[in-house]
Amino acid sequence: MSFKIAASPHAHQRRTTQQVMRWVYVALIPGLLVQSYFFGFGVWLQMLLALVTAWVSEAACMALRGRSVSHAWQDHTAVVTALLLAISIPSLAPWWIIVIGTAFSVIVVKHVYGGVGQNLFNPAMAGYVLLLISFPVQMTAWPVPQQLALYSIGLQDTVQLIFNGFSAAGYNLEQLRMGIDGVTMATPLDSLRTDLSQALTVSEATNKAMFSSALGGIGWAWLNLAFLLGGLVLIKVRVISWHIPGGMLLGLLIPALVMSWFYPDQSVGPLLHALSGATMLGAFFIATDPVTAATSNRGRLYFGLLIGLLVFIIRTWGGYPDAVAFAVLLANMVVPVIDKYTQPIAYGHGGKL
Amino acid sequence: MSIPITLIEQGQIWSFPGGIHPPERKQLSNTTPIATLPLADQFYVPLRQHAGEPGELLVRVGDHVLKGQAVSAPGLNNALPVHAPTSGTVIAIEPRPIAHPSGLPDTVVVIRADGLDQALQPQPYSLNSDRAQLIEALRQAGIAGLGGAGFPTAQKLALLRPLQYLIINGVECEPYISADDRLMREYADEILRGTEILMHISGAAKALIALEDNKPDAIDAFKRVLPKYPAMSLRVVPTKYPSGGEKQLIQLLTGRQVPSRGLPIDIGLLMHNVGTAYAVQQAIDHGLPLTQRVVTVTGENVSKPGNYWVPLGTPVAHVLGHTGFKPETAQKVIMGGPMMGFTLATLQVPVVKITNCLLVPGTKELSPPADEMPCIRCGACADVCPAQLLPQQLQWLAKANDYDGLNQQNLFDCIECGACAYVCPSEIPLVHYYRKAKAEIREIAREKSKSEIARERFEARKQRLEREKQERLERHRLAAEARQQAQQQAVEQGAPNPNDAVQAAIARAKARKAAQAAAAEQAAAAEPQDDNS
Repeated sequence: MSFKIAASPHAHQRRTTQQVMRWVYVALIPGLLVQSYFFGFGVWLQMLLALVTAWVSEAACMALRGRSVSHAWQDHTAVVTALLLAISIPSLAPWWIIVIGTAFSVIVVKHVYGGVGQNLFNPAMAGYVLLLISFPVQMTAWPVPQQLALYSIGLQDTVQLIFNGFSAAGYNLEQLRMGIDGVTMATPLDSLRTDLSQALTVSEATNKAMFSSALGGIGWAWLNLAFLLGGLVLIKVRVISWHIPGGMLLGLLIPALVMSWFYPDQSVGPLLHALSGATMLGAFFIATDPVTAATSNRGRLYFGLLIGLLVFIIRTWGGYPDAVAFAVLLANMVVPVIDKYTQPIAYGHGGKL
Repeated sequence: MSIPITLIEQGQIWSFPGGIHPPERKQLSNTTPIATLPLADQFYVPLRQHAGEPGELLVRVGDHVLKGQAVSAPGLNNALPVHAPTSGTVIAIEPRPIAHPSGLPDTVVVIRADGLDQALQPQPYSLNSDRAQLIEALRQAGIAGLGGAGFPTAQKLALLRPLQYLIINGVECEPYISADDRLMREYADEILRGTEILMHISGAAKALIALEDNKPDAIDAFKRVLPKYPAMSLRVVPTKYPSGGEKQLIQLLTGRQVPSRGLPIDIGLLMHNVGTAYAVQQAIDHGLPLTQRVVTVTGENVSKPGNYWVPLGTPVAHVLGHTGFKPETAQKVIMGGPMMGFTLATLQVPVVKITNCLLVPGTKELSPPADEMPCIRCGACADVCPAQLLPQQLQWLAKANDYDGLNQQNLFDCIECGACAYVCPSEIPLVHYYRKAKAEIREIAREKSKSEIARERFEARKQRLEREKQERLERHRLAAEARQQAQQQAVEQGAPNPNDAVQAAIARAKARKAAQAAAAEQAAAAEPQDDNS
């Protein structure tokens, strides 16, 4: 009889890409629960739309490229892209926003560059930036945390808002975004940026209902804490290493600390930075996309630091209230340079021990 | 980078980056003493069982050989002899499958055993013999590194350089294998005696005996006999694959790194495997050549897993046949361990000097790899690489045949331990790509040196032709000069000048032409009269 020929090693650790991805889904759960608690069911519907779009786009691309469709579905990378984009956009954005964004992410950002593992830019963030630049109104219309909202939005309203633009009672999104004080509500970061640019001090700017929670903006602080929890789980089960999130948080918080030291009245403190906007989602789930990040651990630390610093710069002096998407894309561009200068010294080439 | 030797003396254990902890599964084979198997009927003794050229054949078909009799002689380019594993008759010398990943056949001496197992009279040596004699004795005994690489031991010892430590490697980090473990438990004294001989030959004043902490019985065995050998000390390293790799073990024990493309001896170290130390002791103290070794037979598809003294040349079929091998469909038979071993296509392959293990796993035990998926650059491979390389970069470069890039990323510092492929979530056979790329780069280098030689030859030929042409012209010129001179001399001495003859001939020709012209004029003058008529 003849025996099977195979190349060594013959033993494998059974941890496949799917398993890695499954951990990512699990780690997203706390954040999703918090998000749906504060901002309504919209996020689930957005995820559903994103998933369907991602699967269809992926299948179409694979078919056009003459590859196996099921093979591409197996690796779950499109799913993660779709979920992250759906979580990142305002929960009640019209349906075509998420469809355009996801299709762009999967088709242009991923498959045009050669599919899994070949893309230069983080697909979810490239999709997000496309949407933010093309549809700024829809992309900044975050619903009001339900505790602060004048009107509460039910499941049926959510569906109708996303597909028709009007709730069951006939309100549009702008009307529904009215706060209890009767003013259309911005996100905490947006509100802070506007107020600070109007020469208000931080204490004045945060003297609003949306900042009444001890930690930061209502809803947003808890959302960030939930993503932080999920992120720590990912580090614990070794799906991601601490280098990128750690670097990003340091890169954001150290300058924030220095600034609030010197200009306590004009700058947003480190705590508010850490618990606002997409900080934690970005640090643990978005920037950690291995395909578009630096390769070595040292390189990843620098990559994270760069993202954090860019987020700080854009939030403080830039034209947009939040900056994770821009920072990630800019850092993606720098990855080859980081990789070149952080290549570990191989054994026997005179490195330090 | 210079590590104070006092730290090494104090027994500090350093660490190396990366590494993995695969299931060890050594219990399967390490609980029973080393046993022997019935003698096989036929032995296949390949001439090449080590890293180097095969030795020159000493026997012919029909010859009767005794156990321990050399069937080939040592020679140039690391050629080592091989010996008859038992007494019998040489019935064929032909190409047959050997223990090599390629599965390509090589010259094998086929010996039909007579069942008497008669041995040649052994010739022990004393340590009073001089160093060269002892090295020659080890060469004649056919001893090659038994840890897996099969590098001739004598060759390693022949380099005379100042040594700080001789390291005896009993780490055996590869899962499943327990051959060294059992040998250390049962022959600790012989191993240390072999170490003493190696120290004597190499001039190393001190030796370190290294084991992993998963072998408590072997550690105890050494502790019992170590008091006899004050120059040796025990070093227990944490269990991690690949601690037993030469470079990694050096890093663990001394905190030093062997320079890239260098040898341990460049940093004052020499390493031998425990099995080799045992074989050295047998060769010097008892005059026994290397004709058998301990082989771990293991895996879920043998009913009698364990360690066996197997005569070199015994067909794998014989070994597995006597250990209750039950093959299943798509059975893998691995020579070596699950990380670095290679699969055999046929069981007619013999056990050779580098065969430390025969592994016949069930398909559930070591399941075949799933389909290769695209790399997602997760970096798990880089985290476990003990050589601090970037396996995923190497993989992209290898797939793109970017050989310059591969050299830049130090492909040749890859020790092919397989840790990267072990952890890869996309199940990319990384080591396979590296081996292929290495082979291609070596081939290109060979081609390049061949074409370089061809170019040099062509240039040399062109120069030679040009030189010969110049020489010919010079010769002609000299000859012409000599002729002219000789002529001149001849004329001066009164001989007729050849130039005069030429002048005379020209004068004659002129006169003849003139005469012809005159005749034609006369004829022309006569003609007009005819016209008038």
